[in-house]
Parts: sequence; C-alpha cells; structure tokens
Amino acid sequence: MILRRCYKATVNESETITEHNGFCSVRSRSETGEFRVLGRAPHRTELSLVRFENVGLRYGLGPEILRDLNFQIPAHSFQFLTGPSGAGKTSLLKLLFLSLRPTRGLVNLFGHDVSLLGKDEIADLRKRIGIVLQDFRLLDHMTTYENVALPFRVTGREESSYRKEVIDLLKWVGLGERMDALPPILSGGEKQRAAIARAVISRPHLLLADEPTGNVDPTLGRRLLRLFIELNKSGTAVIIATHDITLMDQYEARRLVLHQGRLHIYE
Amino acid sequence: MNRTDQQHGPLVDLGRERPQVPARARNLSPIVPRASIAGRALVAVVAIMTFLASITTGTVLLVSASAAEWQSEVASEITIQVRPAPGRDIDRDAAAVAEAIRAQAGIVEVRPFTRQESAKLLEPWLGSGLSLDDLPVPRVIVARVQPGTTLDLAALRRRVTQAAPSASVDDHRAWIERMRSMTGATVIAGLGILALVIVATIISVSFATRGAMAANRPIVEVLHFVGAGDRYIANRFLRHFLRLGLQGGVIGCGVAMLVFGFSESIAGWFSGTPVGDQFAALLGTFSLRPSGYLALAAQAVLIAAITAWASRRTLFATLDDID
Repeated sequence: MILRRCYKATVNESETITEHNGFCSVRSRSETGEFRVLGRAPHRTELSLVRFENVGLRYGLGPEILRDLNFQIPAHSFQFLTGPSGAGKTSLLKLLFLSLRPTRGLVNLFGHDVSLLGKDEIADLRKRIGIVLQDFRLLDHMTTYENVALPFRVTGREESSYRKEVIDLLKWVGLGERMDALPPILSGGEKQRAAIARAVISRPHLLLADEPTGNVDPTLGRRLLRLFIELNKSGTAVIIATHDITLMDQYEARRLVLHQGRLHIYE
Repeated sequence: MNRTDQQHGPLVDLGRERPQVPARARNLSPIVPRASIAGRALVAVVAIMTFLASITTGTVLLVSASAAEWQSEVASEITIQVRPAPGRDIDRDAAAVAEAIRAQAGIVEVRPFTRQESAKLLEPWLGSGLSLDDLPVPRVIVARVQPGTTLDLAALRRRVTQAAPSASVDDHRAWIERMRSMTGATVIAGLGILALVIVATIISVSFATRGAMAANRPIVEVLHFVGAGDRYIANRFLRHFLRLGLQGGVIGCGVAMLVFGFSESIAGWFSGTPVGDQFAALLGTFSLRPSGYLALAAQAVLIAAITAWASRRTLFATLDDID
C-alpha cells in the first residue's frame, strides 16, 4: 500500500520507502546498517508523473509566453488543457514532451529534473510518453501497420515479439483492414486513429494529445474521446489540449486553463 | 494497459461496419526512404573525386618510382673527363687515369670511351662524319661503383689528378639533387591536389547529407517522437551514405585502374612525338606496380570512409539543430 501511495520512479535494493504523517520518505541503509533519509515529500508529489515549479518560457528575446506555471500531473489522471488560440497550449505540450526546455523554473518528469538530462536520457524518457499531434505526423512511405509498430522498431525489438500486439491494437481502433494502406490514402479519422495507436502502442505512462478532434466531425470526435477515456481507465495519464468546449463538456475531468501565459486549474 | 479483454472486437465503435480482416502486415519499408536521398548525384561526385585522387596518386607513384630508379642508376656511376692539355698525350693520360681508377677500392668496372664512341656521343650536336682530331674533345671514362659502398671521392680525385692533371671527376651530385628536388616538388604538388580533392569531397558530402536531412526532417522528428535516440537515427542515414560513398569510390577507382592498366596502349599513341618521348624518358611506361594498384584501392576505401565520417558529423550537427 505504501508503495502504491508513495510512488517513486526508481528505488535501489538498498533503499526503502516508508510512510509517516502523510509524507513519503526514501531511506537508504548504510554499510553499518543505519538508515539515512534520502528524501521526503508529500504523497501527492510522489504520485506525480509531472511536476512544474515556477516554470516560464520565452522564445528568443520575446515576451514570456508561459509564466509561473505550477502544477502536477498525477499518475492515472485525465485532464483537458484548454485556452484561447495562441495561449501556449502547444508550447506547454512541447515542454511536457521535452521538445522545449523552460527558460526558468523546474520541470520534473518521472522523478527526473529534465535540466540535468542528456540527449540519450531524454530519448529514454520519451519512450514513456505518447504524443498525438494535430497534423498526425504519420510517415507517408510506411504502411499503417509500420507506422504503429515504429516505437517498437526503433528499440531494436524482433518484429515477431510485437506483431500480434500491433495487429490487435489496430483492430481495436478499427483499422484492422487498413493495416497495409499508406497514410496518403487514409481518411482524416483513420489517420487520427493511426496516430493515436502509435502513441499508445508502447503503453506510455503519459499520453499527450494536441487538438485530437480538430480535424474530425463531432461524431468521430465523441468516439475518439471515448477511446482516450478507455486508455485512461487502463492506466495511462491523459492530457488533451483542446479549445473545443463541447468536447470537454462530454466528460467530467480536471481542466488546466491557460490564459495570458498563466495556468488556472479547475479540479 | 489491459487489452486482453478486447481481443474479440474493437473496443470503440470505429469502423465496425468493415470486416476485420487479419493483416499480412510486415515491416518491409526502410525507416528512411532510399528515393529521398540524392543518391546518384552524390555517387557521381564521389566517383569523380576518387578518380581525380587516384590519377594524382598514381602519377605521383610513377614519378617517384622512375625518379628513384634514375637516381640509383646515376648514383652508382661516376664519370671522369680527361681534357686535352698542351704537351700531353690524351690517350696515354686516359689509360693512366683508367688504371688509377681501377686501383681505387669500391670500383667494380671501368669503361673508357674510345675516340669513336666519344664522336658518337657528340653526333646529335655536331653531326656525323666529323673528324675529332681537329677538336679538343675530352675523353670520357665511366666507372661503376659497387652498390652499397661509399666511395672515397677525395682519394679518387687525388689519384686521378696525379695521373692526369687535366682530368676531373663528376659524381652527378648536382644532377641528382635537381632530380630529387623535382621529384619532391611533384610529390608535394600531388599531395596538395589530393588534399584539395579530399576537402572538396568532404564539402560535397556534407552538403548532400544536409540536403538529405532537410528533405527527411519530418521523418527525423517522428523518430524523435517515438523515442529514437540520435545514434539510432544517424545510423539509419549513415548506412545510405556509406553505401553511396563505396559505390562512388569503386567506380572512380575502377576507372582510374583501367586508365593505368591501358596506359601502355595510350602511351603507344604518343610514341614518336616529342611529348611522348619525353614522358617515356621520364616515366618509362605508364604501368603501375601491383603495390600501386593496392594503394589506389586503399585510397578508394579511405574516400568512402571520409564520406561516411563527413556524413556522420553533419548528421549529428543537424540532429542537434532539429532537436
């Protein structure tokens, strides 16, 4: 139970996690057998996949487009990220996906301070994040199957070890008979589903979706939302960036509202 | 994510109207499409560069080998001239000098040129049928030095001047020095051209790599999204460029080898012409030794490696920019 509440990304064999008065402590046993407290934090912090503290972002010498962001994304949570066009939703998603570095503040992802990470470590962290972009970003020279299998392929895994999994997921999102089709001949909705399948195939801890219903009709939008909800129920924390109020009204979830570079949270 | 419960059909009502046909899907496409890399142009550039580099190297090798041969031949000979002097019999002086030279340690053969042979030597300048009796023509004695020995030239000069005061010894040192400096200049020029060719190759390959990366930027970004590291992405591109570099290298080097292989026939076309004769005198035949061909092959591999290295360097720089 303690481990479940006091989440931590990595714990060595010599380290133990204990709970006391609503705090989680990570303790290490020294060679003499004595315990030493390495770190102590409230439950909520330890459960968070993402933690932003006083984060600011500016492009070049321009004005700060994101200011004093303080928030956490708990594991298994579902939230909408919203705000008017140009409010910085995509920039915030890029910060979460490590495509951008903050100009100030602390970004902690899966227990790692991202400012201390090298390129290889960032690539490793990205494997734990799925991202669905507004323009899908499918590779046109690859079939739907190959696009969805790409996250496994880049890790060098044998195809036989994941082929069934990819086919099952493609069937699951309704692309069972479009596996060998190239993206240019897929419809907008099919491309969207393929992009989502690629984002979730490696079972990410965190799924980021940028305007995932922006290119589809309302009916398909509702269906895609149901897909995200199901993904969330199976354990993935989901952040959907959207300015579609109708979509948000369909599901009761935490809302992160960006306005004039600041973030307002409605639980 | 627990997906086992959804094995029997799609979880959400998406595309249910279509039959769920089992796929024959496989990973068949390369990560980087081959057609998106400007391959032919790069192969042509590398082939031309390799050809130029091979011709330069081959020519430098030919000049060096011929010059070394000449030098060793000339250095193993010394020439003694006995000039006519008033009151002295030149034939007797020549015989005395020849005897003196024979007595010198390290001399293996002494060959005095007869009057007729001396006339033959002068024929190109003075014409035939000339009587040398009226001209103060010196007599020439050629002596061969035992290979590997250092001749005591001072002692030899003393002996020779004792035998005939008008005699002088020429060990061809000045000529050898000129030959050596000419060969050195040729080798340096060749190395300079080679360096220029290699720099041009690096620049061409860097531009080609940058172009290919720019054309494939969306692919690189997607690979980053799915968690591929720079090393993985760079290796996908590197294979292409290494293959292209090797293709270009083999073509350029192969053509250069053919040129040297058929060089004797080519030289034959120019034989009899002043240029052809000068080249033949300087370089002998144009044919390379087996070690020369090996050097050209090694150079082709080197250029392919340089292509891969330049490509890799540009790849990582571009990946840093994209990230």
